[in-house]
Amino acid sequence: MKKRIIIYAILIAALAVAVLYAQRTDIQTSIVGPGGKPALAVVDFRGAGAAQPFMSVFNSTLYSDLQASALFDLKPKSMFPLNNPQTPADLVAEDGGKGDALQDWSGAPVHATHLVFGYAGVVNGLFVIYGNVYDARQQDLQAAKLFAQNYPDSLDEGGAARAAHKFAADIIQRFGGSGSLLNSRIYFISSRGAAAKFGTELWVMDWDGNNQKQLTHLGGQMAYPAISPDGSRLAATWWPIAGGQPRIDMINSQTGRTVPFYNQLASLNAAAAFTPDGKKIFYASSPTGESQIYSADIDGRNFSPVTSTHGTPSEPKVNPKNPDSLLFVQGVPNEQIYKMNAEGAGIERVTNGEGEASNPSWSPDGQHIAFSWTRGYAKGEFNIFVIDIGSPDHYNQLTHGEGKNENPVWGPDGAHLVFTSTRAGRTPQIFTMLSDGTQVKQVTTQGSNRYPVWGVQ
Amino acid sequence: MKTNLFQNRNLTLAVSALVALALFTAACGKKQIPAPPPAPTAGNQTPGGFGNPTPAGNVTATLTAEPSRIEIGQSANLNWTTTNANDVSINNGIGTVSATGRQSVSPTETTTYILTAVGPNGSTTASATVTLAPPPPPPAPEARQNNSMGTLESRVQTDLKDAFFDYDGVTIRDDARAALLADADSLKRIFNDFPNATINVEGHCDERGSAEYNLGLGDRRASSARDFLVQMGVPAAKLRTISYGKERPQCTEADETCYQKNRRVHLSAGQ
Repeated sequence: MKKRIIIYAILIAALAVAVLYAQRTDIQTSIVGPGGKPALAVVDFRGAGAAQPFMSVFNSTLYSDLQASALFDLKPKSMFPLNNPQTPADLVAEDGGKGDALQDWSGAPVHATHLVFGYAGVVNGLFVIYGNVYDARQQDLQAAKLFAQNYPDSLDEGGAARAAHKFAADIIQRFGGSGSLLNSRIYFISSRGAAAKFGTELWVMDWDGNNQKQLTHLGGQMAYPAISPDGSRLAATWWPIAGGQPRIDMINSQTGRTVPFYNQLASLNAAAAFTPDGKKIFYASSPTGESQIYSADIDGRNFSPVTSTHGTPSEPKVNPKNPDSLLFVQGVPNEQIYKMNAEGAGIERVTNGEGEASNPSWSPDGQHIAFSWTRGYAKGEFNIFVIDIGSPDHYNQLTHGEGKNENPVWGPDGAHLVFTSTRAGRTPQIFTMLSDGTQVKQVTTQGSNRYPVWGVQ
Repeated sequence: MKTNLFQNRNLTLAVSALVALALFTAACGKKQIPAPPPAPTAGNQTPGGFGNPTPAGNVTATLTAEPSRIEIGQSANLNWTTTNANDVSINNGIGTVSATGRQSVSPTETTTYILTAVGPNGSTTASATVTLAPPPPPPAPEARQNNSMGTLESRVQTDLKDAFFDYDGVTIRDDARAALLADADSLKRIFNDFPNATINVEGHCDERGSAEYNLGLGDRRASSARDFLVQMGVPAAKLRTISYGKERPQCTEADETCYQKNRRVHLSAGQ
């Protein structure tokens, strides 16, 4: 009898360990996609006639986008067979390993699950990509076809890059990516273009750091921007250079001009966040003398208090999939991340009380939170962590003391994060990385650059 | 100046006789012939040819200054005449002069010249004053600050001290209390000198907390300092709290000395 009880106890304990392990690893698998990574063989596309000069741009952009998605295991081209198919008509049942049969790609040494192939031509002066994705494991060619799509664009390098972005976005979406970085932009606050000491302006760039340009010319000091879900507006905190209380400026993301916004009569109005429908904002304000979180219409009217705590609550962040679920940060004795509903009820601490935790950012699926945390490091030495909102005790540390790493924000693909780091020097710069902490890339180098947000165009 | 024309009876009689003779001659209706000058009287001859003393010997004197008003550096002419004098002098360093004469003088201040004429029958004086024009007014004083008051900005900069805080703290600690007590007194004087002034109570933080949280923390520090100043009698309406969080550090080094400098409430002149 005793022996049986011991066996049961061991089995229960093993089960508990297995459950805990499953929860811990759930973060990783949900980020990189269910069922493991598809193994893609992406052949180099060739161009017919006037399209050929732009194929280098196309091929590198397509590969880069697919790799950046973190959804795929991209097979090395050095392993590819001799022949690269360009059209479905090139595929045959068996060719002796030359590359025109699907099994040439699914078998050794490539071991791809899918084959991405096609070519470019010029039609009516347009650069046109004829793209295909086939399941290399299928015997039947019709069954193997996953999708085929044409992508026309302008006959230049920009057109080739855009066509590659669109093709990559379709592939990513087909393989379960929750969104695409196509047409996404990173907005950030930069010291560039501001003459006065402490002056900063809002800037925008492509997510890979290209096309950086100054968006606002307000002549003050700006911080803590938020982007509306449709990408049309930004709400940023702004001070006059000569001195004055911080207020919220609502800014047109295309023109950089301010649009009307009513600020409460308060010593501060700051750190705004949009609701998923883009019709309301939450922000911190202090009309009663003590800063609290308020909600208001998009023009600042119809404001009302949400919190009534004494911990200086700030940084409200609304779950993109649940407008009644908010995160915020408050101190006393040390700043931690809390959650509550849209009415300020049901306040619970999310982080475990260690160190200082701040800058929460919801993943697009509303399941994960990226945030800054000093756990394991000295005061102020923030690193980026990711937790599953369902099991906040299990965290994934993405940075490890390479300078201060703050303000993580998810990309619309749910796989990338943009953040600020001082790893390149005392002056903060903007970096991107995958949500597992790999593929870290510095995307700004000039001036001081902070407070990135990732929006769609 | 007064001349004693009638000093004795004999002289009076002589003058009367002469006047009568003159009237008689005029009344005869003949062409007037200037009366010859009186013959010299041996006893009245002035050595050196001085004057032509009248027979009666009355000493007369006139003294004028032309112009009578000069500016410093300019000259005036003294003109004088005397009769029946054999010793004529002018004071103020001019000394003995002829019976009739002219002399340029350049006094540096208003001066009254007195001519003294002495004759056998007495003496007389005449005076003239050369007035110096008052000096021109001094130029308008240079536009300079009243040293006792200064500008609002300079007073705020020199008279007011920062109050410092503990990490993540908003409590007014002892050193901050001392600073704010002194600030309260200084602010009352400043508001007395600048009745329309307002003062910004700026809350700042070190770089270690998150930026967004520090904005709220800076606001609490500013409010805490503002409340203390109001309790010390500083008018609340004159104070405006502003939080800069960690966005405007006065020190950018990554060490505790610098962190402490940035955990502060700073008072600045309002707009």
